[in-house]
Amino acid sequence: MIQGDRVQEFDLTVIGDGMAGTAAVLFALNRGLSVAWAGTGNPLSLASGCLDFLACHPLSARKTWTDPWAAMEALTRDLPAHPYARLRREEIEAAWDETLKCLNQGGLPYFRRPEKNIEVLTPMGNLRPTYALPETMRKGMEALEKGRPCLILKIEGLKGFSSQWLVEGLKERGWAVRAERVDFPGLEGRRDLLPEHLAQALITTQNRTRLVERIQPLIKGVEMVGLPAVLDLYRHKETVAELEDRLGLPLFEIPTLPPSLPGLRLRQVFERHFKKTGACTLFPYRVIGMEKKGAVGFQVHFKEDAVKGPRSRGVVLAGGRFFGGGLMAERKAIREPLLGLPVHQPLTREGWHQRDYFDRTGHPVNRAGLLTDDHFRPLDAQGNPAFETLFAAGSILAHQDWKREKSGSGLALATAYKAVQSFIERIK
Amino acid sequence: MTIPKGGGKTQVLIIGAGVTGIGLARDLALRGVSCLLVEKKDFNAGASGGNHGLLHSGARYVLSDPASARECREENELLQRLAPQCIEPCGGLFVAVEGDDENFIARFPLLCEKAGIPTRSLDPKEARELEPVLSEKVIAAYAVEDGSIDPFRLSLDNLAQAEEKGCRFLPYSRVLALERAGSRIRKVFLEETRRGETFAVEAEVVVNAAGAWAGQVAALAGLSVPVLFSKGSLIITPYRLAQRVINRLRPPSDADILVPGGTVSILGTTSIRIDDLEAARPEVEEVEAMIEDAKAMVPLLERVRYIRAYCGVRPLVGGQGDGDDRSISRGFALLDHSREGLENFITITGGKLTTYRLMAEKTADRVCRLLGIDRPCLTREIPLPPSSMGGWTEPAGVPRHQPDRLFQDSLVCECEAVPEEALDSLLASFSSAGIPVDLPAVGLRSRIGKGRCQGGFCGPRAAALLFDRRPTTPREARQGLREFLRGRWKGVRPVLWGEQLAQAELSEAVHLGFLGLEGEEG
Repeated sequence: MIQGDRVQEFDLTVIGDGMAGTAAVLFALNRGLSVAWAGTGNPLSLASGCLDFLACHPLSARKTWTDPWAAMEALTRDLPAHPYARLRREEIEAAWDETLKCLNQGGLPYFRRPEKNIEVLTPMGNLRPTYALPETMRKGMEALEKGRPCLILKIEGLKGFSSQWLVEGLKERGWAVRAERVDFPGLEGRRDLLPEHLAQALITTQNRTRLVERIQPLIKGVEMVGLPAVLDLYRHKETVAELEDRLGLPLFEIPTLPPSLPGLRLRQVFERHFKKTGACTLFPYRVIGMEKKGAVGFQVHFKEDAVKGPRSRGVVLAGGRFFGGGLMAERKAIREPLLGLPVHQPLTREGWHQRDYFDRTGHPVNRAGLLTDDHFRPLDAQGNPAFETLFAAGSILAHQDWKREKSGSGLALATAYKAVQSFIERIK
Repeated sequence: MTIPKGGGKTQVLIIGAGVTGIGLARDLALRGVSCLLVEKKDFNAGASGGNHGLLHSGARYVLSDPASARECREENELLQRLAPQCIEPCGGLFVAVEGDDENFIARFPLLCEKAGIPTRSLDPKEARELEPVLSEKVIAAYAVEDGSIDPFRLSLDNLAQAEEKGCRFLPYSRVLALERAGSRIRKVFLEETRRGETFAVEAEVVVNAAGAWAGQVAALAGLSVPVLFSKGSLIITPYRLAQRVINRLRPPSDADILVPGGTVSILGTTSIRIDDLEAARPEVEEVEAMIEDAKAMVPLLERVRYIRAYCGVRPLVGGQGDGDDRSISRGFALLDHSREGLENFITITGGKLTTYRLMAEKTADRVCRLLGIDRPCLTREIPLPPSSMGGWTEPAGVPRHQPDRLFQDSLVCECEAVPEEALDSLLASFSSAGIPVDLPAVGLRSRIGKGRCQGGFCGPRAAALLFDRRPTTPREARQGLREFLRGRWKGVRPVLWGEQLAQAELSEAVHLGFLGLEGEEG
């Protein structure tokens, strides 16, 4: 499906393959549009797999909310320019429902309590708020809530994951847990292991059997077994079910530092779904330019100049911020690299960052980004929509700080949803 | 009052573990004098850790300070011979570009000759062949014998030998008060700042080697040592731009030296008078000014990525109020306070990294005279032995010296190829040395957090490894990680644009977005 040397035409081009871009593709395909999807990497491998909605507001007070909708009400009141403030509750709910339904049907069920945020374990032994969890993390959350005796596996050679740290953190919360070391089958004596290596080892029946045999002698007196998120990539659900069945105990996963398997699983399920529709063409290239073509339409250009970019009636800019390339920071100013759209930003670089990394109000540069109208169309210098059918979604938008608000996924899904809906309204 | 293991009596108490204090400790220890070295933070916390790592040929000072120039030349030769593990004898160039002061260009070789500093005139074309990053507008060039020196390794190796010879080092021990009895300091009261315990030390001689803080320490003894603070900021590129040290051939000014430091290049410095020592940090405007200035010499400096900025505060003694701080002598000040009625208290401050050994020698001579000891200085002849503690500070040291290790060991940090063994070997030496086991202490003695990600990934990884090796409470471990990241941030903040901003954004996504490390801070 990757192509080619002739210009292909689509209804919509989505630039970016992070959460917002992926969601925009999903919503567009589900509405019968044909989609050109441009993205260079696999940014979801950096996602923890936990989907945030909104937990922290106002940042200056370090206030954390259990009810995301109550948080939303306060945020909408205090920050009318925040992207969430441009969305109706029904739209946000619909975006979540449609996304989680796709994941569920794709074999990656997610758990949430619609009116409540959830606390998820981190590998540093603390909890942080999130909203929706993959099923294998849900069990960990319940075990924690109920204080059930658990075993946490320490996998020899796995980088960046201290089971000891986690276990001590859990003990502080009065949870009866203990850690035991396990040599991962097929990787004995190996060091420098990342979650993907472990997931790959589990592809063979022999290794799965050996893993069960190694855990078995350790489970006396425990009701559950927790381990870093390494339980398979492509056949996650089946592998978990098989291991649980053979162990006779439920397993739960704990998120890891990136590169993260739960993030890769998201990508994998979405991609499978997109493929099934047959209406999505992936262009794994870097977009370096874009121009208006005709009355309604855009021509996209790739860095790989042998590849002709797609032409489409509409475009969703979902390239993220500086890491994703949706925004570019030069020494003196921040710019939007594809169309030179105006970027809302602090006056000088001195004002980009606070002097304390952990400053509670956050770095002003995090709130820099594209300004849009209520249909998520980026504005030109005069404050009018720059183009009739150009939209923006996700973290490229101004006036949000998803990392501190714990709002990343929710913002991505809801703004992508609204952007696609707005596009459809325009071309009806 | 509890007296920790560092309390009690000693012949010499040295206040300040910069390279001067540490060098003095080694010198005295080699002469058989017992000493205690106390430091309010960790080693090289001031100017010793915030400089170019430039082993001066002396040519830099031929105009402003010929005496310093001569000292530099002599010490340069000594150190190359005695501490080769800390030095890369890469050589240096002085280059002038169109528009630079022609009068100074003409005088430069003569001034060097007068100070006994060898130079070799190069044709501009030849200079650009040697260092292709140089501007096409180079109009004059001289080769000199500059080198680069690793100030962390230098201090750690000096400290290791001092400790081996019986000196004790107490980091995180701040002087609270100096108790006078007649013409002597009788007792020094200190606080172990991490635990908040206070303790007292009795010493026959007390040396104030507190660098920029020397005035504050002297004041505790009721003395006035006027020290001016000149902040110098520097910026680091993630790869090495030039093989040699490149100096701008003009009277000393901002942003006119580019020094290679192993795999990186370091551009500096500024010279800004400040009042508040504790508030010194590199600023955005300094970075901007340096790039704008230095691009005339090396145009690439305008387009290259920078991974970090840092600064040091030069203690300048004996300056007048205003004017250019660069005109104040960079020589050192060895002050005997007998005229002010104190007989066993000495202050040593100022000077340069290149002349640290000489400063230590002169100070130790004075200390020995006070103690009535007649033993010669040995640091002129005895080589500085490489230590195991000092073995992990060199950029790309592992790939360079132990390439096999890359395939045998797990890497804590991929940017700088820091193997787990680095951490284990440091931890092993920490316990015997009484150094607190935390991430900042490990970071200071290794390359963790020094590469492109500036601790983004290796910070949490090293913290996890540290917890497995030496469990503390989970909260303390997170606090240690935050402290480490905050320290990195000071230097990262002024260079955040382009790729480095993208990198910082990813780090913030991990530290705050994913780990929620900010959550438990009130």
